Amino acid sequence: MSDVAAPLRRWSYASVGDKIADIVLTRPARWPWLAGFAASFAGTLALFGAIAWLFIKGVGIFGINIPVAWGFAIANFVWWIGIGHAGTFISAILLLLRQKWRTSINRFAEAMTLFAAGIAGLFPILHLGRPWFFYWLAPYPNVMELWPQWRSALVWDIFAISTYLIVSLLFWYAGLIPDLATLRDRATSRVKQLLYGLFALGWRGEARHWARHESAYLLLAGLATPLVVSVHSVVSLDFAICIVPGYHSTIFPPYFVAGALFSGFAMVLTLAIPMRHFFGLEDFITLRHLENSAKVLLACGWVVAYGYFIETFTAWYSGDPYEIAMAQDRLTGFYAPAYWFLLACNVLVPQLFWWRRARRSVWLLFAISIVVNLGMWTERAVIVIQSMHRDFMPSSWGLFIPTVWDWTILLGSIAFFAFLFLLFLRFLPAISISEMRELVHEEKAQ
Amino acid sequence: MPSLTRRDFLKLSAASAALAAAGCSAPREPIVPYAAQPEATLPGVPRFYASAASFVGAAEGVLIESNTGRPTKVEGNLAHPGSLGATSVHGQASVLELWDPERSQAPRRRRLPAARDSFERELNDALARAEARHGAGVRILAPTVCSPALQSQMAGLASRLPEARVHRWDPLNRDHAHEGARLAFGRQLEPVYRLEESRALLSLDCRFMEDEPGRLSYIRQFAGARTPKRETMNRLYVLESAPSLGGAMADHRYAMPVAAIERWLLKLAADPSQDRVMRAIWDDLRKNQGLVLAGESLAPWAHALVHKLNRALDAPVSLVEPIDPRPETHARSIAELARAMHAGEVELLLILEGNPAYDVPAGLGFAQALARVPLSVHLSLYEDETSALCTWHLPATHYLEHWSDARAFEGTAAIVQPLIAPLYGGISPHELLSLLLRRPQRGYDVVRAHWRGIDWEGALRAGVVADTAFRAERPALRDFDLPQAADAPAWSVRFVADQSVLAGRFSNNAWLQELPRSDSKITWDNAALVSSDSARELGVQTGDMLELATQAGAVSAPAYVIPGHADRTVVLALGYGRTRAGSVGNRVGVDAGRLRGSGALWTAPLAGVRKTAGRHEFATTQDHARMEGRDHAKHIALADLVGKARAFADETPEHSLYPAWPYDSYRWAMSVSLNTCVGCNACTIACQAENNIPTVGKEEVARGREMHWIRVDRYFEAGRALFMPVPCMHCENAPCEYVCPVGAPVHDSEGLNLQVYNRCVGTRFCSQNCPYKVRRFNFLEYSRSEEPLKAQKNPEVTVRMRGVMEKCTYCVQRITRARIEADRENRRIRDGEVVTACQAACPAGAIVFGDLSDGNSRVSEAKRSPLRYELLAELNTRPRTSYEGRVLNPNPELA
Repeated sequence: MSDVAAPLRRWSYASVGDKIADIVLTRPARWPWLAGFAASFAGTLALFGAIAWLFIKGVGIFGINIPVAWGFAIANFVWWIGIGHAGTFISAILLLLRQKWRTSINRFAEAMTLFAAGIAGLFPILHLGRPWFFYWLAPYPNVMELWPQWRSALVWDIFAISTYLIVSLLFWYAGLIPDLATLRDRATSRVKQLLYGLFALGWRGEARHWARHESAYLLLAGLATPLVVSVHSVVSLDFAICIVPGYHSTIFPPYFVAGALFSGFAMVLTLAIPMRHFFGLEDFITLRHLENSAKVLLACGWVVAYGYFIETFTAWYSGDPYEIAMAQDRLTGFYAPAYWFLLACNVLVPQLFWWRRARRSVWLLFAISIVVNLGMWTERAVIVIQSMHRDFMPSSWGLFIPTVWDWTILLGSIAFFAFLFLLFLRFLPAISISEMRELVHEEKAQ
Repeated sequence: MPSLTRRDFLKLSAASAALAAAGCSAPREPIVPYAAQPEATLPGVPRFYASAASFVGAAEGVLIESNTGRPTKVEGNLAHPGSLGATSVHGQASVLELWDPERSQAPRRRRLPAARDSFERELNDALARAEARHGAGVRILAPTVCSPALQSQMAGLASRLPEARVHRWDPLNRDHAHEGARLAFGRQLEPVYRLEESRALLSLDCRFMEDEPGRLSYIRQFAGARTPKRETMNRLYVLESAPSLGGAMADHRYAMPVAAIERWLLKLAADPSQDRVMRAIWDDLRKNQGLVLAGESLAPWAHALVHKLNRALDAPVSLVEPIDPRPETHARSIAELARAMHAGEVELLLILEGNPAYDVPAGLGFAQALARVPLSVHLSLYEDETSALCTWHLPATHYLEHWSDARAFEGTAAIVQPLIAPLYGGISPHELLSLLLRRPQRGYDVVRAHWRGIDWEGALRAGVVADTAFRAERPALRDFDLPQAADAPAWSVRFVADQSVLAGRFSNNAWLQELPRSDSKITWDNAALVSSDSARELGVQTGDMLELATQAGAVSAPAYVIPGHADRTVVLALGYGRTRAGSVGNRVGVDAGRLRGSGALWTAPLAGVRKTAGRHEFATTQDHARMEGRDHAKHIALADLVGKARAFADETPEHSLYPAWPYDSYRWAMSVSLNTCVGCNACTIACQAENNIPTVGKEEVARGREMHWIRVDRYFEAGRALFMPVPCMHCENAPCEYVCPVGAPVHDSEGLNLQVYNRCVGTRFCSQNCPYKVRRFNFLEYSRSEEPLKAQKNPEVTVRMRGVMEKCTYCVQRITRARIEADRENRRIRDGEVVTACQAACPAGAIVFGDLSDGNSRVSEAKRSPLRYELLAELNTRPRTSYEGRVLNPNPELA
């Protein structure tokens, strides 16, 4: 604990506020941010251009076919949803567990969650043959007198994701309110005062406000906690309820949740490390934070590795020729390089975190976080694509070869995510000012 | 619109209201309501007309479905001996040919549009000059003429223009068969096989299921004699130089080049006891009413020898007059014509269909010779390679647009009646010939006059002219010389008619181009088929380019490795490499004709064969040919079947978590017999025609996006090809139904697994979860088609937009049609009243459809067969479509 807070002894209420609010209010945009913004904006334009083309031509611009009728869009969906996990996990579960070190990373992790889940939510729509009818998946009163078909996991998805998005948004916003008030008070331009003031909902920092805020925040945390488990469990059911080998697997819910935390924490590191570097936040996001994240990665990595092992073991143990063939194909078939790549990324490389020096080497952490992100995306893609390309009927076996549009939309979605995150950094406090002050206070009191 | 004032707005509103009112008012002239409908012309109720179509030198009887005047679908004519109710892939595709927007639409002189009048003037001028010479210099060229009326018109020419000559050139001619009969019997005769009477068949490179004039009848007869009863089930031996449907059905198949087959035959004829295999086969043939079939690739003497063997076996084969008897062979006829053209002896050349500039052997220089003919006239459906070189091109009428007649393989004549007025004002061959005879006549009058004295209406109704079959003859065998066994060439090339485009007639037909060829599953291409060993010897893999050279010429063709094929024999299908076929057929495949010399129409020694640089991507619908031990296409030896209640273990789990569906009405089901299915693809294309299934093009097929609702899987196992048609299984526990978020796949009260297109949003979850992978998705806007192709669409089937999943419906529209009919008569639908499109087309009768709730229905009976099994039964999907496994009948002496 002291490890996290020790550097905070140098800081006071005012200087914490100054430091964090400065990034939003006064600090001029410098070239790293501008360069990142320009690049991510270009990528965002490419994404929306590709989406426009997709809507004009149809999903045939992707590499999907029969038998592999789901491709990158679904892999991207699962991956982004997974990334969206760490935010809520850090904010809600660690809050409930009174892990104070979470304070400096929860805000941007929540933003990450929101953006990732939002982008993830796009993909099921982009992947539809007739995306303009996406709302048919939702239950709403209509003249056709039709409900969705409740046995389909995709309908469960709609509920799981929309609930998750709403609760995450509320949780994030509730936490932001005191900080918005701080920004309102410090802002010099009228427009900013008005806008921050509007969203601060008249926060004056009264004890009554704080009391209600604290209990509301805690309640929301309680509400968000089961969602961390439910969202990815439900997403995993998209696959698990199928009868196709490689999809049909009871281990999927826990395995997917662990994978989600794994990729989520990797993304937290990917974002935190440049952020603390470029904005000089080393005292707030300390090595201890990074080290803890590395430990989480290591732990999740093992759960994921267990999942890989059990999948293969079950295939063999079941004696089902189709399961066995699927597992063999995964290990030796056309997509085997991708499978071995993901094993290296997700199982082998994180083992470096057994060494304290690796956990405390910022650039190694950054590199490994990227590797894990790549590995987890590959895992999703392998599950979605490789399982399907050789199922029951050899006559229908085929290959999925991604097209330029598959790649554009994947990379474009990453650019869009970066674009949103960079805007977030400049318009909202990336670290919770109020909670940091609390931490400074507690540290001083000791 | 800032400048629009309130007044302006009111003015505009008033004007548009007035216009709208005008739009709703009746025209000024009196119009008459459709009060007195012509009898049986109900809008929305199709009518059927009998006609006949010829594709491989003989007629196949057809029934054409006409929807308010539009021919939309071809069915077989049960009463016609060349159809027996079935259709060929070509019959099915011919309706698309009718509506092809790229058909020739106007006469052209030297490729420029011209008036028909000026053609007639020019023809008459030329004729006036020719008549002065008694017709010298007038030549007519036609492919095999199946029309007796046209034959008699040609005969009439002799009296008017005695010096005029009529020539024949058909790239798929039967010269060898006819010459063989001439050797054996002294005159041209056509063998008509009675396959159902034989229990031991030996096919010597005879592609009797795809290329012989009696092909549909032969498939039906073969399938009929395939009933797995020890006493009656037939046995098929095949020696073949190119993969064929018959080869795939064979109980014993031996792949070898043509020369080796001929040598084998010589040995068989000399002394069958010298070789174990030969002895066993000959004994079987002798004991079991054997029959030997000779393919067109064999030399005439081999055909003569086969006649001799059949006579010795007293084989069930009838010898009849050929449909188009000629004093000379096609090869000689076209050579003589080419010589005369080169010599400048031809003043007026009339080419009645066919495409000689493309398909005449290159050595004759036919295309160059055309330039020396002062007036050449080409009548054809398309403005093709020949049209471009002729003085005049005339658009021909399609067989669905004109009156004609045609004979079936055994002689039975049928009247070809049009269903629609010529779309582009074409000319029929009869009309063109009547112009030549200086007695312009309508085609109807020509045909009617030829068939004077018959029950005309009866013939039209039945689709056959009664009692016109040729009489079987029994001429005496003559002695003939046999050649010395020649040394086989090291490498040879074998030309075959393409299963889809034949010799180029259907090059511009997208349905046929996209129809996977049975042996290779290639679409939109031909390929140099080589055996695995040959490929190793040449150092090529599928897709590598091979440089092939014969005496006639050289081409570079992509190799395709096919297991179980004859070594050192490269098979190349005719009909590709077209340059003026149309946007569909141009630049598809390579032109095998460039290797084809006039003396070697079916096989030729290869002067050179080697791998060259370059790769070619094939678009195949099945990339994996092995079954990987999964036993989907089940088979059992006849000997193992004896005494078994079930040939294959029932793997359906006893329990299900789901309650059974309650049914209180029909329970539709299908049974597919792998024992009789010959893999001919008729079901696939019939389904395409019936259900408005779009074609997607080569690139999309290569991506794995073909749309066929019923596919024919082909597995290679132990050198044998196993065919397996796979439509939707209509599962009781359908994996597609429970995963769809919007409930587009619906289980109906009669057990159909329906797909509601309107409701589908395109998640493709259903396809992901379908273990049979029979669902097809409109990844792009495939169904868009230009005029007049839209007119071909079946009005009873929705055209699906992009983003929508589709699949086999068991032809629900046909069930509905039968239901309406039955409801009107207040009865249940009878067994056999609903015939699915695939079932109707199937020449083998391999598909049975009907109601399971009726224990006596044919489908119920099929489901009681000991051979019955369900595909992937262990998944507990409980399919309504079941299979009857294949029974192999190997000769125990050859085990």
